Amino acid sequence: MKQYISKQNKALLSELVRTDFKLRYQGSVLGYAWSLLRPLLIFLILYIVFVKFLRLGADVPHFPIYLLLGIVLWNFFSEMTSQSLTSIVGRGDLIRKIRIPRWMIIFSTSISAVINLFLNLLVVGMFLVLNKVELSWSVLWLPLIIIEIYIFALGLSLFLSAAFVKYRDMSYIWEVILQAGFYLTPILYPLTLITNEFFQKLLLMNPMAQAIQDARYSVVTHETITTHTLFEGGWYMFIPLILVVVVLLGGLLYFKNEAKYFAENI
Amino acid sequence: MADDIAIKVSNVSKTFILPHEKHTSLKSAFINFYKRKKGYEKQQVLNNVSFEVKKGEFFGIVGRNGSGKSTLLKLISGIYTPDTGSIEINGKLVPFIELGVGFNPELTGRENVFLNGALLGFSRKEMEAMYDEIVEFAELERFMDQKLKNYSSGMQVRLAFSIAIRAKADILVLDEVLAVGDEAFQKKCYEYFAELKRNKKTVILVTHDMTSVQRFCSRAMLIDGGDVIENGNPAHVAQKYSELFIDQNDKGKKLGNGSVVNKNIKAQVEFRKKTGYWLFDIQVKPAKPIKNAVLALIMFKKDGTQVWNWASDYPGKNLPDNLFEKELKLEITLEDIFPADGFYLNLYIKAKDRTKDYAVFENVVEFEKVLPSTAHKYDNGWQPKMKIQLK
Repeated sequence: MKQYISKQNKALLSELVRTDFKLRYQGSVLGYAWSLLRPLLIFLILYIVFVKFLRLGADVPHFPIYLLLGIVLWNFFSEMTSQSLTSIVGRGDLIRKIRIPRWMIIFSTSISAVINLFLNLLVVGMFLVLNKVELSWSVLWLPLIIIEIYIFALGLSLFLSAAFVKYRDMSYIWEVILQAGFYLTPILYPLTLITNEFFQKLLLMNPMAQAIQDARYSVVTHETITTHTLFEGGWYMFIPLILVVVVLLGGLLYFKNEAKYFAENI
Repeated sequence: MADDIAIKVSNVSKTFILPHEKHTSLKSAFINFYKRKKGYEKQQVLNNVSFEVKKGEFFGIVGRNGSGKSTLLKLISGIYTPDTGSIEINGKLVPFIELGVGFNPELTGRENVFLNGALLGFSRKEMEAMYDEIVEFAELERFMDQKLKNYSSGMQVRLAFSIAIRAKADILVLDEVLAVGDEAFQKKCYEYFAELKRNKKTVILVTHDMTSVQRFCSRAMLIDGGDVIENGNPAHVAQKYSELFIDQNDKGKKLGNGSVVNKNIKAQVEFRKKTGYWLFDIQVKPAKPIKNAVLALIMFKKDGTQVWNWASDYPGKNLPDNLFEKELKLEITLEDIFPADGFYLNLYIKAKDRTKDYAVFENVVEFEKVLPSTAHKYDNGWQPKMKIQLK
């Protein structure tokens, strides 16, 4: 374990993340401001379309925040997995020329995504205050929920990035899956829109749906359907968590196996 | 592993799988599986390679292109994983497969220094401490806040080298880093090598350059076709290395008749080597006798520079006038004063007054010289000694 958190690795990690950030807004006039401006503008569009025109979620208190939180968490998941997917191939120059721990590349990409998430959560926080949402103690669950999403995304990232080295189809496949997932997860619509309880349960098996609903419950309003309320305490309310663990272990195993041959396969 | 051993390589083999058409898509993977088609070829790059490097040794690995030396280097560096066998490393190893790995053209020189330093295992603090030194050594003080893409390639190499030499490692692995840069830069490289040698660092150097092997290495190893051919004294290894080429190049490459002006004349030249001499067996067969004609030879280096010429009416050799009355056979012995390079020969049959070419045979023979000449007479405008024998 000690070798993983050595001084050199820490220095390398911070330098890789730094580079990533410097390059992200390279040549743009507003620079880092974009990391706040972008979610703000996207949120504005969605707010106008879904809340003002389509009038979704009129029965949900603070629906705009509810919507925003869902989008922010999903964006984190989607950004982290799709950026990790190409990261091993994208860093092929390093992998072929020096001895860099392979997981470090995935890890640095994931940290960039986490930093972005926190910037986005700042925007959410601003709206929380503006909308005068009363926070309850349950907000303390949020960090744990974020950790769950992170672990889920990490497991997938490990698998996807390693698979992408061999099969370049992965990027297209994943793009489609993400798009499908976005609509299968109650992000734009409240789960109450689905009246069939069986389908509600099925949708909540997805770790992302479970996490987003839990986050909304803990931060925005307790009038949110979560696995806890829906399954009324049955053991299968843990299915999403089990899925997360399975994905992480599977991803780790596959990555570890493939990592040996990255240098020659890229 | 004994304490004085830095690297121990035991029975290492490596095979690469070379797909015929790289199946980087799922579809082709499925199709190949379904058809049970073997879409790849296996290439054995290293066979059962074993050797040890002691601490403090300057160890050279030499071999021709494609001999497996770079693969071996990457295996030692932990970039590739061996199929079988084991590699044990005693100490911290830093590989330099290339200078300036991870350099990003969009970042400034300064930012790249820190990034590259981190890749070499330095913390930000350590880098800050030696930043000024690095910049000064690279002589780039004025350019550090410019983007790397605005640097000349020489400046980039200087910066990369300046960081690289600061690497703190027990074992350094260098891959022909020398091959780039101008003379002043190469001098810096050599000074660095000499310093490493003085400080008794463990170094593995992979190179083509036999001069630097003999100059720096305390031991060297020759690999060819994935096998260790020789392991020991650098001078001996350099000798063996040059012998690898002799089999191939001693006879020269026959290229047929080249371009022919007059289809009625046939010419053939064969090339052989003797210690210190080159031999050309020339055979010219005219269909009809040609009167008042001379034989002319021009030798070129591969880059097209003319290095030697001769014609049969040049004074001193007293050749008969009627060279092309019938078949001409002669042997030319030429003193080898030329630099190591590739050469080719053109053969002409010209009218004595040079008004007409009867036949032009371009590229009639091609050959190569691998070892540098001991005497550099050629540079001083010397003409090689020459002997002609009619047969």
